[in-house]
Parts: sequence; structure tokens; C-alpha cells
Amino acid sequence: MLPYLHLVWSNLMRKKARTILTLLSIAVAFLLFGLLAAIRIALTGGIDVAGADRLITRHKVSIIQLLPRDYKEKMERIPGVALAAHQTWFGGIYRDPKNFFMQCPVEPEPFLAMYPELLLPDQQRQAWLRTRTGAIVGRKTAERFGWKVGDKVPIQSTIWTLPDGGRTWVFDIVGIFDGKLRNTDTTALFFRYDYFDEARQRWGKGQVGWYTVRVKDPAQAAGVARRIDAEFENSSYETKTEPEGAFVQGWARQIGDIVLITASIMTAVFFTILLVAGNTMSQSVRERTGELGVLKAIGFTNSTILALVLAESCLLSVAGGAIGTGLACLFTAHGDPTGGILPLFHFPVGDRFIGLGLSLALGLVTGLFPALAAMRLRVADALRRM
Amino acid sequence: MNSPTTAGALVRIGNVEKVFRRGSENVHVLRDLNLTVPTGEFLALMGPSGSGKSTLLNLIGGLDRPTRGTVEVAGERVDNLSDRRLAGWRARHIGFVFQLYNLLPVLTASRNVELPLLLTHLSRDERARHVAAALELVGLGHRTGHFPRQLSGGEQQRVGIARGIVTDPTLLLCDEPTGDLDRKAGDEILDLLQALNREHGKTIIMVTHDPHASARASRTVHLEKGQITDQASQ
Repeated sequence: MLPYLHLVWSNLMRKKARTILTLLSIAVAFLLFGLLAAIRIALTGGIDVAGADRLITRHKVSIIQLLPRDYKEKMERIPGVALAAHQTWFGGIYRDPKNFFMQCPVEPEPFLAMYPELLLPDQQRQAWLRTRTGAIVGRKTAERFGWKVGDKVPIQSTIWTLPDGGRTWVFDIVGIFDGKLRNTDTTALFFRYDYFDEARQRWGKGQVGWYTVRVKDPAQAAGVARRIDAEFENSSYETKTEPEGAFVQGWARQIGDIVLITASIMTAVFFTILLVAGNTMSQSVRERTGELGVLKAIGFTNSTILALVLAESCLLSVAGGAIGTGLACLFTAHGDPTGGILPLFHFPVGDRFIGLGLSLALGLVTGLFPALAAMRLRVADALRRM
Repeated sequence: MNSPTTAGALVRIGNVEKVFRRGSENVHVLRDLNLTVPTGEFLALMGPSGSGKSTLLNLIGGLDRPTRGTVEVAGERVDNLSDRRLAGWRARHIGFVFQLYNLLPVLTASRNVELPLLLTHLSRDERARHVAAALELVGLGHRTGHFPRQLSGGEQQRVGIARGIVTDPTLLLCDEPTGDLDRKAGDEILDLLQALNREHGKTIIMVTHDPHASARASRTVHLEKGQITDQASQ
């Protein structure tokens, strides 16, 4: 195909404006593909990193209903449960409402044992255990606000008040954690539950938001979940236990079925682009019926003609796909554009290859019918149209 | 640029009929036509519109197939070759020169001339040498990088001829090569065809309406209603 490359390129450049506009349409479609992939990952990515051996236990009615702190020990006595750790939604902001990120009071040791994917240097771990007002923060948020170990940071809670009625909680940053995996969220801040529980006003004392439970055998997770819920059945605080992945998915589904929404938008976009690029190729081939006749007259075979037209449509489509995918990489390179709402926002490498594969498929589909028409042209008839 | 064929009949048309279907009607374009063209001849095919001369040229060039009869070129029956083999055969044996030049407007003169060579196994450098030689032969060695729109009609036709001869084909088929040119440019093209025939031994079959053009050929065959009505050697 190499000797024909110049011919393919020249044909594409025959009507520059048309080619560039089509190229841009394809590029925009693939840019959208990349951005939607990043949004999908941001909203559902937690499902991928969710531990297969972890369950989430929350109040049966709703996540905002609290559970007793002493459920921890009760849960750990249930057969199949290895460990239980709790978290509570703090709902704080740093200086400005737009500086939103997740904060939770936790018990450091069971929490860190529960989440080995959070990498915290041992020295900082020890400092956290020693410091009652200590907090650890993820690398992304630390870099975002320029926090370092030793800083005192004020966080205004939208839920929890201090005994003096104030809402500004001050924490000592004693550690900065990294994520073991790319998808690990490093935007959250965790501080000590004992400090929180003592300092908060009466409401909610001795209670927690939800539990994360590690099971001894992931294959038995469903049975363990049933046993946990059965343990607290008919109590004032009935529970609902589900796999961590399903819990994260449930959060994402509050917005809607993200995968379905993104797939629907992309289907509409690609269908439109299929018509645009297909029309361009058909028009381009129709305009040079006579020239195709000349090529056939001088000895180009039907299959060579088919390959030339397909190469043209594939080159256009793959170039547009590469530009769009490249732009999407560029736009998502700096991560979360919302400043905390979409911490896992990125364009996965796998999706980039899918994008390039799709662009090739788009080229083949849009070029196929014009290529077949060109291949079937009778030479004598085509030459009359010159 | 000598033809690889041996002396004798290069083209043999035997009892050829060509029928086109137009709606419910059968149109007989060629009727029981016989023609022999020896190697090295410059033959002119003349006749009024619809007489079948272009159809005959298409049959000889393997662009179309006869309804009945045989077409033999350089000892090979071309009327029963498959499309794929026919394309390969055309690439090896036939050079076409068209009335409207039929150059690809997006390619320069040299790239247009190079097109038939893309079907060969020649390297890029070898192709470039052949292209330069062909353009030099038609007197356009200085216009290689020009696009068709930057060339006059006569120059475009010279590029067309260079494309037709660049693979050193067995037979050069010209369909009204001067039909779109003024007298002066037409004469220059006819001079060139004559030189290719006389000095390089190229066998040429040329369709023309113009008696002035046919006078340059070594033989003229007149067609009317799909049959040969008259033949004359000059």
C-alpha cells in the first residue's frame, strides 16, 4: 500500500475544506468519547478498586441514618467476619464551599488494616496514633491546598458542631497517604473518631455512619452479609449489607445509570458521525467516477480500487480519532476539573486504544459502501463520466 | 521503447459482435467485424458518431468484452479473461490516450505518469527514472512538477501520452487524441504519435473524426453502423 500512499493523500486533499471539516467532526466525536470515558470512570471507578473481600453495612433505611459504634465488636464475632471498621460522613469544606472533598472520622488502626491500598509511611502512622487531633490526607488534596505534615488545617463541617456551637474543626496534618493503584482515591482526609466523638455535640454521640467489613473468604461473602443483617434484625438499627462494589455503584446510580447514559450519548454521536463521514466518502467517490475508470483502464484491479477507497476513509477516520483522543488525553491530564467532586477523573489507557480501534472501524464502515461501488464500476461506463 | 512482440499480426478481431441493451431494445454496435493490425502499424479508425469505433477500441483494450467473436492481442485471447487477469493484462500490454487527457487533477505531471508504474515491482528510483524518460520523450522534462490545471491542453495531452507509454506497452490506443485541441497543438500531438510509431516502433490504433489526423496514420479503416466499409493505406 506504501506506493499508493501519495495517491490516497492527494485524494483526501482534493477538497481541503470538506476533508478538514469532516476530520474535525470526527475529532470532536472522539474528544467527547474521551471526556465521557473519564466522567464514567470518575463516577464508577471506585467499583473497580472495591475489594472483593469487603462488605459495606449501613442502616437499612438510608445511608444518612447512623448505626451504633458497638456494632463493631458484635460484627467481629459473626462467623466469617475478619475485621470491621467504621466511617462517618463529616461533610466539611476548606475555606470556601467549592473546596469540597471527603472527610471521615475513623479509628486509625482498624481503618488502615481495612484499606491496605492507602500507603502511609510508618512514622506518620505512629504520629497519627499519638496525636488525638491528627489527620491524614491524600496526596491530591495535600498538593491542591499546599498542605504539608505539621500544618494545622481548619475544616468547616456542614453537619457537626463543636460544644461552643462553632463548626470549624482544626486538625493537625500528621501524614500524607498515596494510593497503591492508579484508581485509588487520594483526595480524602481521615481523622480520629475518638476526638470527633468527644468533641461533637450531643447528637450522634456513640454512633457512626457505616461499617466496612472484611470477610475471611470472599466466596462466602453473600452468606456473611446475610448473617450480619440477621444479627441486627428487629433492632432499632437494622442493617443492609452489600459488597463494597455494589455500594459504590449504588452511590453512582443516584445520578443515574452512568454506563447506560454515556453509552447512549456515544451511540448517538457515533451514528451521526457515521452519516457525516459516510456522506463525505460517498460524495468524494461519486465526484471522481471517471478518474476511477482511468485507474481501472491502466490496470488497477477491482481489489486495489477497493483498498484505495478504504484506505482513504480509514486514514481520515483514524486521523480524526487520533486528534480527538489526543485532545481528550490533554484535557484529562490534570485530573479532576471540579476540584474534588470527581477525584478519579482520567481517561484510561484501555479506553484510548478502544477509541483508536473505534476510529478504524468507523473508517471501514464509512468507506465500505463507496469502496464497493467504486470496485463494481464498469470501466467503459466510468470513462464516459470523465 | 521497442515492443517485445514479434513481427506479424498484433491484433486479430474475429467475427466480433457487440450488442448493448437499451431498455427493451438490443442495439447492435458492431456486426460480424474482422480486423487485423500488424505489429508496428499506425492505424486510424474513422467513422461517424455511433459507428462503433470507440467500442472497437474498448474491446481491443480489454475495457469491454464482445457479445460474440474473438479478440486476440499479442497472441492472447483477451475476450475470455477474468476481470482480475484482464486488469493485469491491460497494465502490461496497453497504453491509453484519451480525448480529454483524463489526468488526475490532484497529481502533478510526473505523479500522473507514474500511476501505471505503481502496478509494477519497480523501486521508487526506477519509477522516477522511467517517468523522467517518458516526460523527456514527449518534450515535458521541464514541467514535471506542474499540476494539470497549470498546463495547456497540448501539454496535458503530452502528459497523457507519457502515461500511456511509460510502461513500454505492446499497443498504444488513442481515442480522439486531438479532439479537444486546436490545430497547432493537435499537429504537435500527431507529430509525437508519428514519431513514437516510426522511431520507436510503437503500434498505435487511433480513433478520430478528423481526416487531417487520419492522414498521419499508415492505414485508415472506416466504420459505419458497426461494420468496416472501407480501408486505405497511405
